[in-house]
Amino acid sequence: MTEPLVPGSPDNLAQHSDSEPSDTLTDDSGVVVGRPEGALPINVRDPRDELPEHLGALRAFAISLTRNVAAADDLVQDTIVKAWTNLDKFQPGSNLRAWLFTILRNTFYSDKRKTRREVADPEGVYAAALCEKPSHDGRLALADFRRAFDQLSPEHREVLILVGASGFAYEEASVMMGVAVGTVKSRANRARARLAEMLGLEEGEELLSGVDGATLAVLGRSGVRAA
Amino acid sequence: MYVEMTETKGKSRLHQQIDENLKRVYEEALSEEIPDRFKDLIARLRSKEGGQ
Repeated sequence: MTEPLVPGSPDNLAQHSDSEPSDTLTDDSGVVVGRPEGALPINVRDPRDELPEHLGALRAFAISLTRNVAAADDLVQDTIVKAWTNLDKFQPGSNLRAWLFTILRNTFYSDKRKTRREVADPEGVYAAALCEKPSHDGRLALADFRRAFDQLSPEHREVLILVGASGFAYEEASVMMGVAVGTVKSRANRARARLAEMLGLEEGEELLSGVDGATLAVLGRSGVRAA
Repeated sequence: MYVEMTETKGKSRLHQQIDENLKRVYEEALSEEIPDRFKDLIARLRSKEGGQ
């Protein structure tokens, strides 16, 4: 079974028009403003114009999946070319970012199956490429969290980035990942549990303290004063 | 009932804090500058299309 690299317009991501067949488009006052055949409907942007706006998110998703900037950039490049040459499969007005993310993740897993090459970052190229910002807020070092995140499987990183970081709904992620909504939820929960386990955290325990020592000291002093 | 609620609360707090950190990791990747090769690629794809 081969899954298509480029999705058509999955029902959940596409705007349905079969329930209300109309051969003309009207504005709020019922004035005919255009016809569906021919130019794009008014208010629907050409995806070619919109695509560059999603490059940053696409690249961040690619970096999250590959944990390697060079591999991520190749993946983004392949995704842009595939998207561009399959734009006729994109339903205007539906979620372009979700469509692009789907092409990217399908390409990622397809490449992985084909080459079986290790796309992790054993040399720490990615880690070295990012300079650590000094943390003065006393929160858990981001480096520790990132290290744990890097050790997750790509499937776990994927689900966490989609629903945890980039704000896609479980339903949207389910369409993008080609699995049931329940699978997305359970996979996300397992991935969070795995992270918590690697960070040595129990459920209900503070992951990180929002206050550092200095703040605690201040709080302590004011507490004394108040008492 | 009370215990159940406490557990749920604790779980969602951990869940919330994990997601906060996920966003930081993701935003870190988002904040990186987009290489020119992608803008060049899109310009090439556009001009190829216009030539057809």
